[in-house]
Amino acid sequence: MFKALFTFHYWLERKAIGFVVAILMVSSVGGIVEIAPLFTIHQTVEAAPDMRLYTPLELAGRNIYVREGCYACHSQMIRTLRDEVERYGPYSLAVESKYDHPMLWGSKRTGPDLARIGNKYSDEWHVLHFIDPRALVPPSVMPSYARLLNNSLRTDDLGNHLTAQRAVGVPYSDEMIANARADAFGQANPDSPLSEGVSKRYGEATTVRPFDGKPDHLTEMDAIVAYLQILGRLTEAPYKTAATTGE
Amino acid sequence: MIGHLTRSERQLTLYMLLAVVITGLAMLVAGKDDSLGVHGALVMVVGIAAIFGVIAEFFEPEPTENRLDSYYDEPSRIGIVFAMAWAAFGLFVGAWVAWQLAYPSLNFEAGWTSFGRLRPVHTTSVIFGFGGNALIATSFYVMQRTSRARIPDQISPLFIVFGYNLFCLLAVSGYMIGVTQSKEYAEPEWYADIWLVIVWVTYFVVYMRTLLHRKEPHIYVANWYYLAFVLIVAVLHIVNNLAVPVSFSSAKSYTIFAGVQDAMTQWWYGHNAVAFFLTAGFLGMMYYFLPKRAGRPLYSYRMSIISFWGITFFYLWAGSHHLHYTALPQWVQTLGMTFSVMLLVPSWTAAANALLTLNGAWHRVRDDATLRFMMVAAVFYGLTTFEGSFLAIRAVNSLSHYTDWTVGHVHAGALGWVAMITFGSIYAAVPWLWKRENMYSPRLVEVHFWLALAGTIVYVLAMWNSGIIQGLMWRTYASDGTLAYSFLDSLVVMHPYYIARAVGGTLFLIGALVGCYNIWMTVRAPRQPMAGPEADYPEPRVPVGSVPQAAE
Repeated sequence: MFKALFTFHYWLERKAIGFVVAILMVSSVGGIVEIAPLFTIHQTVEAAPDMRLYTPLELAGRNIYVREGCYACHSQMIRTLRDEVERYGPYSLAVESKYDHPMLWGSKRTGPDLARIGNKYSDEWHVLHFIDPRALVPPSVMPSYARLLNNSLRTDDLGNHLTAQRAVGVPYSDEMIANARADAFGQANPDSPLSEGVSKRYGEATTVRPFDGKPDHLTEMDAIVAYLQILGRLTEAPYKTAATTGE
Repeated sequence: MIGHLTRSERQLTLYMLLAVVITGLAMLVAGKDDSLGVHGALVMVVGIAAIFGVIAEFFEPEPTENRLDSYYDEPSRIGIVFAMAWAAFGLFVGAWVAWQLAYPSLNFEAGWTSFGRLRPVHTTSVIFGFGGNALIATSFYVMQRTSRARIPDQISPLFIVFGYNLFCLLAVSGYMIGVTQSKEYAEPEWYADIWLVIVWVTYFVVYMRTLLHRKEPHIYVANWYYLAFVLIVAVLHIVNNLAVPVSFSSAKSYTIFAGVQDAMTQWWYGHNAVAFFLTAGFLGMMYYFLPKRAGRPLYSYRMSIISFWGITFFYLWAGSHHLHYTALPQWVQTLGMTFSVMLLVPSWTAAANALLTLNGAWHRVRDDATLRFMMVAAVFYGLTTFEGSFLAIRAVNSLSHYTDWTVGHVHAGALGWVAMITFGSIYAAVPWLWKRENMYSPRLVEVHFWLALAGTIVYVLAMWNSGIIQGLMWRTYASDGTLAYSFLDSLVVMHPYYIARAVGGTLFLIGALVGCYNIWMTVRAPRQPMAGPEADYPEPRVPVGSVPQAAE
């Protein structure tokens, strides 16, 4: 039988087009078998009716997280291992990243996992830590991000961002898209009239706070802190399941 | 650089460059308030500089009529120069960020110098800049020799080399100004991705056209690997980069996949970038340059067949081993683990085939650092693929994942295998391509070899130690049933290993700089007459009309 295969190959390797077709056929099997069913098998992603969307400010913060390459050192995926659950909290569920385009599970922990960092530290702690990580955590090797406090957040294209997110499947409503910019300002300035719309559109549990301590100036620091404070808090599902007990 | 083109081909080149400038202008206008505009300006500047370059040589004498009788090696020469430049740059950035992890203030507090932005600069420069240029350059060289056919087109190979480097430039400069998709090893944004598709399709077409013109009945094994590299990287790149731009005036896009599906697609891509960019292409290099330099025929034809189809089939299943114990369904994890273990068979078959080819030439390995580069590369290929299969086992992965062990594994492969086979092949190809008797200094090749080997070993040992210590500390329990160490405890312990790693990386960088100098001096040396198999031509040149035609 092997002899026949080698004879076949002896013929195949004289056909350039045939060889190309053979490579494409042989190489595509694995991907098709492993990836395609993830879109069709419903158990792949758990149901979580309370799952909420990122607000425009949180989405902008997420984009800063991507821009600065935070994912190179911080994972957002707690594995189903006892020590991870005890160190970081309930293990991550697929549903928690179902609106994450792209996912930010990460592959390396030079710093700790951030999947459940939300509400763990105060806004002030995060701001001070971003300004000078070693002032709060002396052995830290994290770079300083003090400039985020001075950078005004770009908001003019937030509506476009939400539209693009909707195009890839995140259910932002027309109202959310139309008010994207106002909601970003409102979420970081609780005293302004804009803040009411945020909880109306994204739920009462949405955090509306002057994240960087300067309500009159919407900065990139506001956005990144707002994003960190929602991590692990988009749904209560992981806290209600076996995820809390580990393996 | 364009002296071998006819006047009309030079004109066509100018028109193409004009199109590049116009595209840059369009990007600049559309994205004037965005990073897209910065890249538009960059594209324009590059295009205009290239136009000046072409105009400067435009009125040089036209090539002689027999230019098509020899192999087309100019694109390979340019590719090798680019490869070495990217190696110097990428390894420098790598060493720099390694020192940053030991001494964080070395980023000098600027935004673009922070670890998170420079890390993809390093990976893209070495993988795509250094590795990609070396692959393109050597693939042109190898496919022509093993097919005994000249590339049938004059401009497209130049377009591929320069276009590809424009992609690398957009990628690397993008990360520094904050343009990234965050997908590891697929960070460039949508417009750079589209540009790469255009370049890559051209690459495939040129490759196929040359193969179809071949005068050898059989396609040599090196070409199987190069072909798999070109084809499968195209599929991976297109699928993983499917995205919706925020607008046509924005550099930002959102990938169409989310969460768990995105993770699986990303690591299907990520692991097969390792397989078909960093393995298949370089195996193609090895299968040509190692037997050639050793002066021995390839040990086994059948082993080549088994390893090639094994790698082509098994690798595409292995990506999910990057996601053990995550929210990815367990059945996918198990499949990934199983196929990763099976991958050891074709991987070791390929490594053994290379090492057994050296039987009868071991005295040359001893005396010739160029061949020794290739031998050590094959050894590291064997070691790394064993380690890879081992790390893919779920229980092992529970310890190693998220730690420096992964980083050590990657660098055993990238430094020990990919870079070593590339340096060996480049040292073999440079004298052949520039028609020189030998490298400027074989002693400096020797120096480079030992620096590279020492750097790799120091790096890998440091990361093995730090990774395993990290993994163990994270899971150690005290007698009262609580976790024994905080995350910070583990970070503090890393410090000496981070210094050792940076030293290893710096040694490797110095070696590469020695290589750059050596190649530069070789290229500058006066042209010497060449004899032997390297003075090669597709066919013996015969005056047209003097050959009696065979009767029908």
